[in-house]
Amino acid sequence: MATDIAVDKGKRRFLIGATGVVGGVGAVATAVPFVMSFWPSERAKAAGAPIEVDIGKLEPGQKIDVEWRGKVCWIVSRTPAMLASLPKLTDRLADPTCKENQQPPYAKNEHRSIKAPVWIAVGICTHLGCSPTYRKDVAPADLGADWLGGFFCPCHQSKFDLAGRVYKSMPAPLNLVVPPHKYLSDTRVMIGDDKA
Amino acid sequence: MQKLIAWIDDRFPLTALWESQWGKYVAPKNFNFWYYFGSLAAFVLVLQIVTGIFLTMNYKPDAQKAFESVEYIMRDVEWGWLIRYMHSTGASMFFIVVYLHMFRGLIYGSYRKPRELTWIFGCLIYLSLMAEAFFGYLLPWGQMSYWGAQVIVNLFSSIPVIGEDLGVWIRGDYTISDITLNRFFAFHVVALPLVLLGLVAAHLMALHETGSNNPDGVEIKQQPKDPATGLPLDGIYSHPYYTVKDLVGVIAFLAVFSAIMFFVPEMGGYFLEYNNFIPADPLKTPEHIAPVWYFTPYYAMLRAVPSYLGSQVWGVIIMGLAVVIFFVLPWLDRGPVRSIRYRGTLYKAWIAVFVVSFLVLGYLGVVPVTIWGQFAESVPVVGGVDRATVVARIFTALYFAFFLLMPWYTRIDKTKPEPTRVTM
Repeated sequence: MATDIAVDKGKRRFLIGATGVVGGVGAVATAVPFVMSFWPSERAKAAGAPIEVDIGKLEPGQKIDVEWRGKVCWIVSRTPAMLASLPKLTDRLADPTCKENQQPPYAKNEHRSIKAPVWIAVGICTHLGCSPTYRKDVAPADLGADWLGGFFCPCHQSKFDLAGRVYKSMPAPLNLVVPPHKYLSDTRVMIGDDKA
Repeated sequence: MQKLIAWIDDRFPLTALWESQWGKYVAPKNFNFWYYFGSLAAFVLVLQIVTGIFLTMNYKPDAQKAFESVEYIMRDVEWGWLIRYMHSTGASMFFIVVYLHMFRGLIYGSYRKPRELTWIFGCLIYLSLMAEAFFGYLLPWGQMSYWGAQVIVNLFSSIPVIGEDLGVWIRGDYTISDITLNRFFAFHVVALPLVLLGLVAAHLMALHETGSNNPDGVEIKQQPKDPATGLPLDGIYSHPYYTVKDLVGVIAFLAVFSAIMFFVPEMGGYFLEYNNFIPADPLKTPEHIAPVWYFTPYYAMLRAVPSYLGSQVWGVIIMGLAVVIFFVLPWLDRGPVRSIRYRGTLYKAWIAVFVVSFLVLGYLGVVPVTIWGQFAESVPVVGGVDRATVVARIFTALYFAFFLLMPWYTRIDKTKPEPTRVTM
């Protein structure tokens, strides 16, 4: 091996750099399948498909729970008295006019629903994902004399009204989520899909 | 035997490794009680790995079977109950030992130049350990496993814009599900143990490069050598001296460990939470969700921070910073001395504030925010109506003040001169 040949350092640096860049691109490209494998699988996506619910037997004041994408979804039939409580609370709510994007456009109203009595929502607190309890009783001992009915989260004591609008200064920053939904008929509703 | 070792040494640096890492590692002779916790942490790591391997042999990472397989281990597997209690008690004891080990580093200034990297590797071990504990806690698939994971994954979902998708990506589903359980299992039993072992090796190699600190903060490498032994005046070999000392520590530790494991394995609901004896139910939130005790100081901070601009990401940021701030400790401390023994009143007062803050926040993290009732109206400056929330906000501020004011109070503190020889 001849040792007296001058090393072309420029060429060596170029070759090391070029090899490094090509190898680096390859390494990043190889990471793609691993990172992508973390997304929901086809089966998980299928399980997250829309659901159809029959609400024909829902009594006034009653709440039923259904499961959509593994989350609890509420369907509440509100009585006229319950609906009448909504305007009285405007001053005590964080977002009474639903400015935040927590509902589809067709539920961006005071009762946060397509039909005023029937309210559909994801029953998960916007703070840390607990499920609030339905407290339709007016002025119970633990929630105070000015409680007009609503939802109360047992984890961190967030309060929501009967349209899932959060009270001011609660751990929960936002109103409860209204999922995309549509009526297939008067008594059948589809949750998870609102395309006509 | 001699010949065998010589044969190996010609092919692999066995003797050299043993001597550099322990056998001929020269350590200061004045290690006290606080110095037990490093070797105990290593001991618990081995215990967790061994018991973990045996649990894996009977555990099923499947949402339909996970809870049942844990009960199967507890009831039907020969000695399964003991192996599982060793692992669950070991998890809490790991954090106790690590917190005491970190506190040792804090009061004796072990993080300071030239041991910054040892400290940083240690902080990385602490972070990995938290991740390891979090992933492991989902595996029994009880109510607390499920809802605890829900709360923590939702921390990431609270990040603006990308949060929602990030949450789906972490879970691999729209909710915590079988898919999530399976991947957390992979992290818990394969990925993080490998990371932990690598970091522990780096932590020890860095330590054995710079040499150990000691309760006096004396740098023994700068001392003159003892002509008889050739060692620094206050240095001794780790073996047999600290081998024997650490063994005594292991025995005392095992006595405490066994007492907990045999008599109070649930530790009143702190080591194993009662709600976790109910199988996970995605449609039913437990009345009160609290993480395991070792996360509660940070959890209390998370809860104490109010939502702002329609996002509760701020609490997440504060919680993250509370852990990450340990990394920069070597550069925050400007004191002329290392050890608390030669520090002034100011530093001692601040470290007391830090310890009290950590303990109070730890307590507040396990109880509901309504525990102490409410003030009549919102408190000025700190804000908040619940008494516990107000207290948590004050102590969160003090926790950060300990770190952020450190460059100032360590510099003006009236210190005593450091000795040149260690004191016993």
